[in-house]
Amino acid sequence: MTEEFIADALEKLALVGVMIALALGVAAYSTWAERKVAAFLQDRLGPNRAGVFGLLQPLADGLKLFSKEEIIPKDANKFLFILGPALAMLVACMTGAVIPWSTAFEWGDRLIVPQIADVNIGFLYILGVLSLGVYGIMIGAWASNNKYSLMGGLRAASQIISYELPMGIALITVLMITGSLKLSDIVTYQQDSYWMIILQPLGFLIFLICSFAETNRTPFDLPEAENELVGGYHSEYSSMKMGFYLFAEYTNMFISSAIISTLYFGGYDIPFVNDTNLVESIGANWVAVIHFFVLFAKTAFFIFFYMWVRWTIPRFRYDQLMDLGWKKLLPLALINMLITGLLILLFNK
Amino acid sequence: MKAITNRAKQVDRTPMNFWERIYLVAIFKGLMITMRHFFMKKQTINYPEQKRPFSPVFRGLHVLNRDEEGRENCTACGLCALACPAEAITMEAAERLPGEENLYREEKYAAKYEINMLRCIFCGFCEEACPKDAVYLSQTVPPPSFKRKNFIYGKEDLLIPHPKND
Repeated sequence: MTEEFIADALEKLALVGVMIALALGVAAYSTWAERKVAAFLQDRLGPNRAGVFGLLQPLADGLKLFSKEEIIPKDANKFLFILGPALAMLVACMTGAVIPWSTAFEWGDRLIVPQIADVNIGFLYILGVLSLGVYGIMIGAWASNNKYSLMGGLRAASQIISYELPMGIALITVLMITGSLKLSDIVTYQQDSYWMIILQPLGFLIFLICSFAETNRTPFDLPEAENELVGGYHSEYSSMKMGFYLFAEYTNMFISSAIISTLYFGGYDIPFVNDTNLVESIGANWVAVIHFFVLFAKTAFFIFFYMWVRWTIPRFRYDQLMDLGWKKLLPLALINMLITGLLILLFNK
Repeated sequence: MKAITNRAKQVDRTPMNFWERIYLVAIFKGLMITMRHFFMKKQTINYPEQKRPFSPVFRGLHVLNRDEEGRENCTACGLCALACPAEAITMEAAERLPGEENLYREEKYAAKYEINMLRCIFCGFCEEACPKDAVYLSQTVPPPSFKRKNFIYGKEDLLIPHPKND
């Protein structure tokens, strides 16, 4: 009994370690990718001095941030000032816990599912933790004792509140169709039936727009609108605390890409391939590896999409942001929910 | 009013239709434009490895000329200093001594010839003023330095290499 418990705990601990390492690694290379994508979209080359194709750039950036002078403003609330970036980072890493990365690996007679916690409140957990993410920004911005930071924090908070609503309602339709909040169930449902993007195109669109807002990416990057707010919520931050905020943003982007892929693009499902046949021909472990890379590829595409959009369209004005959130997306999400409910009633008796 | 060119375009003030108002079509078009740029040829020149060629009429760092036997052309007439709008050139003349015919082409030469590269505006008037084809503007730029005195170029910096000895 206890041995089994210890084995389980060790497995989960190892998984947590791997997942956090993966999330941080991807976040680090997202900074590189962002600069590279930005450069390529603007007919430039981007960083190419540190290592081949500038691949050591994240390392150099991190080292630079660590060696910078750490400044805590005189009138800032020191505890909250430090808590802000720490919270942002913590929450960013926490969200990834419920994502099913692949089917189970067979290790001896153990089945290792690469998912830290298959909780039955699945994406409710994601929504909750995501909205916690804004506390890091808000607390940090407020503690800085700087009006521009405060403005950035306020914007972040109101933005999250406005876009959480349509996001949640868009997700309810997924719940209505699959009948489960468990992410693994949602993926299995999509494997057996169609990808959620086909069943819920409008819901996907709303969710996508809202996730742009939740991760503070352009066109909704008002909390860090540098030409209006100096630097936004992190104006007063320097050194690795600043790095933590940026890192948290990129981690968020990675996790949210993974969530979009999981919820709407079949998760680790390989399109047009029957999994049971594949397992018979090459074995469960290899299928699991392929599954992981399929989900990773989908995630990478959405990370690229985030960057692609960032370097294509300009930022919204604040009133446009609110207008879009409350007057367009919310009614649209509600109508989408009603229509979905109606269709389920009509065809699924 | 008559238009100067025929390139002027009337601003379209018809109200936006449904597809224009939902904005997504425009975003998609924009995304396609940026995607096209993703695959375009990049404009960047990787500087230390690749260098942008200068124009053939580029006026760079000065050189002091020698003739084909390696004798200095400059006779210290001072016309270049006179022509210089930035007053960057100073020189001191000296008389050629017997036995120095292999060094200087004429009886008078510049014992000291200095150009202050921080004053110089690289206009090329010195080159035009020179009656002896002695001073020319080359195709290079002065290398950077932290000290002002390193920008005062003397004869040893300016003279071109000796055709036979160097």
